[in-house]
Amino acid sequence: MADYKIDDTVDITNVNCPITFVKAKVALEELEEGEVLKIHMNGGEPAKNVPRSMKEEGHEILDLLENADGTYDLIVRKVGE
Amino acid sequence: MAFSDEQLERYSRHIILKEIGVRGQKKLLNAKVLIIGAGGLGAPAAMYLAAAGVGTIGIADADEVDLSNLQRQIIHATDDVGKPKVESAKETMNKMNPDVTVKTYHEFVSSENILDLIKDYDFIIDGTDNFPAKFLINDACVMAKKPFSHAGIIRFKGQLMTYVPGEGPCYRCVFKNPPPKDAVPTCKQAGVIGAMGGVIGSLQAMEAIKYITGVGELLTGSLLTFDAIKMNFHKVKLPKADCNCAVCGTHPTITKLIDYEQAECDGI
Repeated sequence: MADYKIDDTVDITNVNCPITFVKAKVALEELEEGEVLKIHMNGGEPAKNVPRSMKEEGHEILDLLENADGTYDLIVRKVGE
Repeated sequence: MAFSDEQLERYSRHIILKEIGVRGQKKLLNAKVLIIGAGGLGAPAAMYLAAAGVGTIGIADADEVDLSNLQRQIIHATDDVGKPKVESAKETMNKMNPDVTVKTYHEFVSSENILDLIKDYDFIIDGTDNFPAKFLINDACVMAKKPFSHAGIIRFKGQLMTYVPGEGPCYRCVFKNPPPKDAVPTCKQAGVIGAMGGVIGSLQAMEAIKYITGVGELLTGSLLTFDAIKMNFHKVKLPKADCNCAVCGTHPTITKLIDYEQAECDGI
């Protein structure tokens, strides 16, 4: 179990690429630097692309958890303002 | 201000960009850009800025749409012939993006009204087709400390530069005074390839977007020229702002705006 506290959660299971990443970015924008966002998303394309895009933006990936129903929870710490 | 789902989708390709993101798109939605001239340059500039979600776009032009405009002024359509260009431009922009408030100024820009026109805008686009207007826009923007994009097109050539107060030369530092009347042919006499307005006007929209969002380097201190025959772009580094410039220098001799005499032209 990683050591973090989730400050906010965003559900992007109801949208498709690239709105998945757009919604995650908007949610992250609301947070302060260092705060942690949980991104609830579908497996497949989102689970592959969203973590990569978040990393490219310079944020820290803390965890990628697979749920029993095939969805994923990506845990991201905001880097930069 | 929170984005609606529709806005998230509309601007998704901007928001995805690291350099723009949520913050940059909000800046665009809060920005005010004035386009002087709804012609060959102003048409694509206005359309890209409207599509980009620039929240307030002003458009100034005294002319009506003429059949001979349609070869390059893509904001107007065949059914618009005879309509004021600003009305036709507004209709197109409103159809493109309901987020944009379009303000129209159906009038010639002159020394009498220009300062009042530009005062509420963050950035000005010179989409005019004649030297008197270009010098007037430059001088007014220098006096009012407003950034603007200059551009000109003729035949297969185009050029543009950007003025930001305190960050480089103004148009008058570079070109001093208008050429003698009728010394340089207008587009009506010389012709212009329609797509040239698309190339250069789109670059003006790009400069406005970059200024608003603070992304990258502007054409301050540089003149970008395009020769479509040879398919060459040249970025010419300009001398620093001229401290003896008649309008932006340390002891300006031009302290009142000038209406130079116009050569005949039907608008770019």
